[in-house]
Amino acid sequence: MKPLLSRRLAFVLLGVLLLLALWLSLSVGPVAMDVATLLRALAATLGMPLQAPEQAQLIVAQIRLPRTLLGLAAGGVLALCGVAMQGLFRNPLADPGLIGVSSGAALGAALMIVLGASLGGLAPAWSPYLLSLSAFAGGLLVTALVYRLGRRQGRVDVATMLLAGVALAALAGAMIGLLQYLADDATLRTLTFWNLGSLNGASYARLWPLLLVAALLLWRLPRWAQGLNALLLGESEARHLGVDIEQLKRQLILLTALGVGAAVAACGMIGFVGLMVPHLMRLLLGPDHRSLIPASMLAGASLLLLADVLARVLIAPAELPIGVVTALLGAPFFLYLLIKGRAHA
Amino acid sequence: MLECQHLALARGGQRIIEDLSLSLRDGEVLAVLGPNGAGKSTLLAALCGELAPLGGSVQLAGRALSAWPASERAQRLAVLPQQSSLSFAFSVDEVVGMGRLPHASGQQRDAAIVHEALQAADAAHLRGRNYLELSGGERQRVHLARVLAQLWPGAAGQVLLLDEPTSMLDPLHQHVTLNAVRRFSAAGAAVMVILHDLNLAARFADRILLLHQGRAQALGTPHEVLTEANVLQVFELPVILSQHPELGCPWVIPR
Repeated sequence: MKPLLSRRLAFVLLGVLLLLALWLSLSVGPVAMDVATLLRALAATLGMPLQAPEQAQLIVAQIRLPRTLLGLAAGGVLALCGVAMQGLFRNPLADPGLIGVSSGAALGAALMIVLGASLGGLAPAWSPYLLSLSAFAGGLLVTALVYRLGRRQGRVDVATMLLAGVALAALAGAMIGLLQYLADDATLRTLTFWNLGSLNGASYARLWPLLLVAALLLWRLPRWAQGLNALLLGESEARHLGVDIEQLKRQLILLTALGVGAAVAACGMIGFVGLMVPHLMRLLLGPDHRSLIPASMLAGASLLLLADVLARVLIAPAELPIGVVTALLGAPFFLYLLIKGRAHA
Repeated sequence: MLECQHLALARGGQRIIEDLSLSLRDGEVLAVLGPNGAGKSTLLAALCGELAPLGGSVQLAGRALSAWPASERAQRLAVLPQQSSLSFAFSVDEVVGMGRLPHASGQQRDAAIVHEALQAADAAHLRGRNYLELSGGERQRVHLARVLAQLWPGAAGQVLLLDEPTSMLDPLHQHVTLNAVRRFSAAGAAVMVILHDLNLAARFADRILLLHQGRAQALGTPHEVLTEANVLQVFELPVILSQHPELGCPWVIPR
């Protein structure tokens, strides 16, 4: 298929979209902020000698900036994990949740919440770290298990791995359901928050691990762009082209586990970003991973920021969970793609 | 040059190839014939390192196949599988361009090679088309161009393995494809091609390996291998053996 836009134009547009999303995310809220105030507050936050109203600077530094950075990193990471999984499974409809890492991470978080509640509540200073860590561990554990089950004679059998992922995701889902059934009211509300995802309550403490993982993905994944292209031809074809596909698959699995685990730990389960963004970018730019990887990063960040803005304004002053917004946007879009794809085939 | 000695192969515990020795010589086209299940594809899998042999050895240019670093091996050995499962909307040029992955020959050179390889496979008119919109035969030619581009322009010491490259092609393109393969081998590469059509093999191969229940029934020139007795024993098909009126190669006519 011919790409819809030239590579350069597409990246310019994606850059503009991201700037727009950043601006909206920083300026929309109960306290309206014009561009000048916003820029002054940002500069002051970064330590530059500029004066901003104290209230504005406080809001930007303590509430909106961490939230925006969280959306930026989580959106980019989820989209990149989508690219990695769709490449690994050679299926444009594959989703990072498929190999069970989302469910595993959510189960890890849920276990920590319930454990904390049974111990009389986690210490507030420690709880974001403990929750992040257990979500992260849960995601990695499930992924490692799926990977092990899918490995035969030193090679990863993708079909087995996929089925094992589906089974383990269902198992993790059932265990989360059980925890929800047993939980008291307050714990239930926290669990629900985790399951639907939200950027609310973002803090720098929650942000750092995710930013680190985002940097790791941005560093490693583009190196495999050509290998991912070859992998789409088929595993043996890629091997005949000299790609070390066992290493490639190991790295894809590890990076996805890290990425989705860190994203779920930081802001809960947010669906459809990893599915929608690479799909859209393929329509825009074609399937070549050399463009697809950076484009998905930019578009994923923009999409999540815009979804978060919607989550904040739709029922203001209350807030929707962002997972609800992405699912409301994503599911119909996805069905449309399926129907359109079937009409073509 | 690719060589195997006393090769024994099994799939899923079942012995498929027994004690097969074979050498693919520079600049020659070797056709592999045999009924379904004779072990043709299994042999090809072992020759390209996909399948580890139970016994015996496979050597590429005098060095064990498994001892080659992946990308160096890919510069010498290219494989065209029977079917490809690409389901992403790459353009034809991009698919053929993937054949250049093992090389660092630069964008301009790669683009020129992609064009030449597409021309060799009689697929130059497909440039810029979406791969997914092509017919089965067109896709097959695009993949042929891809493996040709991988070894382009072809040299002694290189090996090209083709698994039924003509299975989806019309008669004209069966001949176009095998002519292209012959021209390519003339530059020095050794080519092994699995075929089902005895007459295509008789016409385009320098040598023929006839496989029967995992063993080499015959290995030699088309005249030596394609005899009424051999064809009857291996394919259980009674035939009359004649000669091509213009080219003189064997011409197999089922009774």
